[in-house]
Amino acid sequence: MKVVTFMKQGILVVRLDGELDVCGANEFRNSVDDALELTGAKHILLNMQGVSFIDSSGLGVILGRYKRIAQQGGKILVVHLAPQVKRIFELAGLMKILTIYQSEEQALDLV
Amino acid sequence: MEFPIKNQVKLSLLSINENVGFARAASAAFSAQVDLTLTEIDEIKVAVSEAISNAVIHGYGELVDKDNYIELVMNLYQDKLEFVITDYGRGIANVEEAMQPSFSSDPERMGLGFVFMDSFMDELEVISEPGQGTTVRMVKMIVPSVEH
Repeated sequence: MKVVTFMKQGILVVRLDGELDVCGANEFRNSVDDALELTGAKHILLNMQGVSFIDSSGLGVILGRYKRIAQQGGKILVVHLAPQVKRIFELAGLMKILTIYQSEEQALDLV
Repeated sequence: MEFPIKNQVKLSLLSINENVGFARAASAAFSAQVDLTLTEIDEIKVAVSEAISNAVIHGYGELVDKDNYIELVMNLYQDKLEFVITDYGRGIANVEEAMQPSFSSDPERMGLGFVFMDSFMDELEVISEPGQGTTVRMVKMIVPSVEH
């Protein structure tokens, strides 16, 4: 799992590439927690373009970051969900707490 | 009616996170020999990923031993694919409780592993004994192809 993080318009952008299973989830958690610590970002924008697989370990790590930023009123914005990943999000009820946008630009403009 | 086994692959995996992806890829490759939709193969990948992750995270967990192995047996029958995942770790005291949605021993996990296994496969059976280990048996039914 490749995890790239950077700040844009005050939002922590996270670009993921790989499979979000127990391995990917650990890498995601380490990178994103470090970046949150460093930047104090309120919102996270998840670009899921390179993610072809997710299971409950991947869902858990996203939920964990959500719980962390939601305490300060933060949100998780998501772009480029593959259909099979979206289906898992829906089954897990994660769509209720995430906001889906068409592109990074649209998400950044609308927040 | 039980059909004879047409193909079988047995894998023995050291219980480390890295092997979850390996087992998942193997299950997809094994499933590709029959005519399934991409969605069905994705479902099998998620179910196998959950079962192997459970064995690594909960079955063996902090038990550090060079002999922590997970067995993955994949069977092809005329009418179904069967995946049997066995660990020899700590086992589950109350299987029924562990299979409930949102049951999790860790706040960062969603407790959805068994929910996905159950909803993505046609049969799910869990046999466990505390201190002995856990076996998860899952079946995906396939439409039998016409034999010539």
